[in-house]
Parts: sequence; structure tokens; C-alpha cells
Amino acid sequence: MIDIIGYILITIGIIFDICGCIGLVRFPDVYNRLQAATKCVTLGTVLLLAGVALGSHSGAIASKAIVCAVFILITSPTAAHAIAKGAHSAGVQLWSKSVVDKYQEEVDRHNEWLKDKE
Amino acid sequence: MIPLFYTGLMICCFLCLYRIGCGPSAPDRTVAIDILGIVVVGFCAILSLVTGKDFYLNIALAWALLSFIGTIALAKFLEGRNFDD
Repeated sequence: MIDIIGYILITIGIIFDICGCIGLVRFPDVYNRLQAATKCVTLGTVLLLAGVALGSHSGAIASKAIVCAVFILITSPTAAHAIAKGAHSAGVQLWSKSVVDKYQEEVDRHNEWLKDKE
Repeated sequence: MIPLFYTGLMICCFLCLYRIGCGPSAPDRTVAIDILGIVVVGFCAILSLVTGKDFYLNIALAWALLSFIGTIALAKFLEGRNFDD
């Protein structure tokens, strides 16, 4: 019974992975690609590792899979934030149909504040 | 069931490799390298389930750690700053 639950979790996780990678190829912009790929692939891989932890009848595999899942759940959003900030600072333009850029407004406000201080 | 898992993860790897190959800018390639690292961690987990050996998950942990550090270093490099600030 617990094997079947594990296999179902692995299947759902791989479907999420494939959807995230299709988003990585199809979306028009660095920031759109970043949010699609990071969210879908993080959830998919965590579900896959949970399925492996349930489906294997071994304590060593289950404990290491849970540690790996928690590690990915912490580090993947951190890396995505770092890449987004780096891309914005490197001058990558937004998609032409994007409507709002809050980070650029914040940077402008900070620059004005520095100018007023002088 | 197991060949379907391998096929799905292989499709993910090739989509990431396509984006690494013809991404128009450097941050596109960085995103694709990050995602490829996470997909390879899933691949190691499936191998560990099939063979019943647990050292594949040690490889997965080391791979996740190195992929994270490499991505952070590339993001700092894109930002145009040094590694120590």
C-alpha cells in the first residue's frame, strides 16, 4: 500500500518537473522563466524525494531523501532571488508587455535619497 | 513504471540543455544550470530507489550543495561585484 502511495507521489513530481521545464523553454523573459522553472521544479523534486522516502524499505534511503528534500526546499528559492537580483543589476530588460517593475522604483527612490543626503 | 520515470526526467534534462545552448543572455543560462542541477538530484533519487543502494543519495546531497554554491557565485558575478562583499 505504501509503495503505491510512493509511486503516485513520484509520478506527480515528474509531471511537475516536465511542466516547469516546458515553462523554462516557452516563456519570453528571464524573470518569467525564473519563476516558472524554480517553483515547479522545486515542488516536483521535493514530491519525488518524498515518494522515494516512502517507497524504499530502507531507513538509510528514507532519512537521506528527507534531508535532501529539506535542503532543496531551503536553497532553491534563495538561488532564484540571487539570480533575479543579479539579472536586474546586469541590465537585462523586461519583456515588452510587462507592466510593473517595483525593484527599479525602489532603486530610483534610494538614489534620490542619497542625492538629498548630500 | 520505472522506464517512464527515466523518460520524464530525460525530457526535463534535454529541455534544460536546449535553454543552456541557445539562451539569449547569461542569466538565462544560469537559471537553466540551476534547474538542471535540481533535476539531476531527482535522477539520483530514482536510481537509489531502483538499485536499493543508499550512496546515490550521498551523491545527490553533494550535487545539490555544489549546484547551490555555483549558482550563488554566478549570480554575484552577474551583479558585477566581488565575491567578498
